Amino acid sequence: MDSLLDSFIFISVVKAAVIFAILMTTLAYLQWVERKVIAHIQVRPGPYRVGPHGLLQPLADVVKLITKEDLVPPYVNKVFYLAAPFMAITFALLSISVIPFGPQIQIGPVSTYMQMTDLNIGVLFILAVSSMGVYGIALAGWASNNKYSLLGGLRSSAQMISYELPMSLAIAAPLLISNTLSLRHLVEAQHGSLLNWNLIGGGQIVSFIIFIIAAFAETNRVPFDLPEAENELVAGFHTEYSSMKFASFFMAEYANMITVSAMATLLFLGGWEAPWPAEYGSSLVPAAIFLVFGLILLYHGRQAVRRWDKITFPAFGAIFLVIAAIFLIPMVQGWLLPLFWFLAKTGAILFVFIWIRATLPRLRYDQLMGFTWKFLFPVAMLNLLVTAFVVAWTSK
Amino acid sequence: MDVILFLVFALIAVVCAINVVVQTHPVSSALSLVGVMGSLAVLYLLLGAEFIAAAQVIVYAGAIMVLFVFVIMLLNAGRESRKGRSYTVQLVGVPLLAAFFGLAAYAVQNMYGKETVTFGGFQGGGPKEIGEALFTTYLLPFEVTSILILIAIVGAVVLARKEID
Repeated sequence: MDSLLDSFIFISVVKAAVIFAILMTTLAYLQWVERKVIAHIQVRPGPYRVGPHGLLQPLADVVKLITKEDLVPPYVNKVFYLAAPFMAITFALLSISVIPFGPQIQIGPVSTYMQMTDLNIGVLFILAVSSMGVYGIALAGWASNNKYSLLGGLRSSAQMISYELPMSLAIAAPLLISNTLSLRHLVEAQHGSLLNWNLIGGGQIVSFIIFIIAAFAETNRVPFDLPEAENELVAGFHTEYSSMKFASFFMAEYANMITVSAMATLLFLGGWEAPWPAEYGSSLVPAAIFLVFGLILLYHGRQAVRRWDKITFPAFGAIFLVIAAIFLIPMVQGWLLPLFWFLAKTGAILFVFIWIRATLPRLRYDQLMGFTWKFLFPVAMLNLLVTAFVVAWTSK
Repeated sequence: MDVILFLVFALIAVVCAINVVVQTHPVSSALSLVGVMGSLAVLYLLLGAEFIAAAQVIVYAGAIMVLFVFVIMLLNAGRESRKGRSYTVQLVGVPLLAAFFGLAAYAVQNMYGKETVTFGGFQGGGPKEIGEALFTTYLLPFEVTSILILIAIVGAVVLARKEID
């Protein structure tokens, strides 16, 4: 039994299963969060009918997408038409394998890292995989044999190639400071407090902003969602796709969003490190947050306006209080606290993604290209140059 | 394990490379070339040159081939039509092929047994080692190459401007 638990393959399979299950659930519920947040920004309730506050809506969507008729139009290039969604989803899910969620942990006799695998070129691996992701979209647009799809696919590949440059340059600057390409060592280099993060201590605010802007373009999100501009291109590259093939593109987009958010967290925001050391009480913050939310929900549950809320508000309040209590157990704090900080930072960036989708209009295509080549790229270059000089100056 | 992986990816590389020539559609050819690049990257990885493997995927498969595919799609190039081989090709083809294989066999024969390849044994494949080598031992070739690339960029811009004017 001992050798089984210690074996590399067994641990890897368990980790892969856990991460896959969590990632898939997150993908489904990110969609729910997005619809809810946008709805509340636009002063409407959003999904509400399926389950309390529409919480079962993602489940209903999944059932709907699986049971839908799987249509293959007769005029498409069959091989590439069928291969494109696979490529998109494969490359989107692949990069999660090198993302670290926390430090080394001890579960029973097994000691392992909260990460599938730590490559010493982890950052380059993610860049390589994300640059391969273009093929899925470009092929989908081309193989659909439809001018709207083709335009969408072409726009997308041109956009992704162009924004990859400032993105890589923005990534290079914090790498210079931390002096490593491994994502785990990158976080360990930012150990300590807020002041050691690359964003603040490293002074990488410019490259952080460039990274986020480029990330929006790389994931085809508003305001850079020209590839699927519905008022010009019907639905862009996935016009001819239905059922699970459409869902693959959809999941790929959300998985890419999660990956770039996690990347921003690891590169600039100190990964799973708390904003200030535990001796000043940072380990109590998660419990306090859940406690406050739980109390607010209990308070609102007492004077609920809607019939449902009399049950759901106190129920969720109680759940939050239980979570707050779990965060205070010293035994689980070792892995729960880093996980909390990592998810909180990634979630905050994901929220910005959604927030901007509800706020900004779409750019024009020539503006989009002009912006990256004439502004973003030179600024990223300059930033890298200045960072390199500062690093060279201070390291002596 | 290493040998099996090597054989699998070497086979994929060779099959994809043949496929590049055999396919009639330019998009299929381009994607086969991506397959070649990808399996070459895995071979580099097997040898322990992880930085070169990543650079191979980022630069060749991720950037250059995407541009290839992009241009093919933009031009909407269709299937190439197969014409019969010309008389000279039929006459010279077989002897040339035989000569090439002979040369390759000779080269392999010469190298065989002199240097042994150990999987993962190569120690100079990390980003630090490559950076050091580039900026010390190979500084002159490195700078010359960068000037060459600069000239190519300037040339491309000049040629493109001529088209517009």
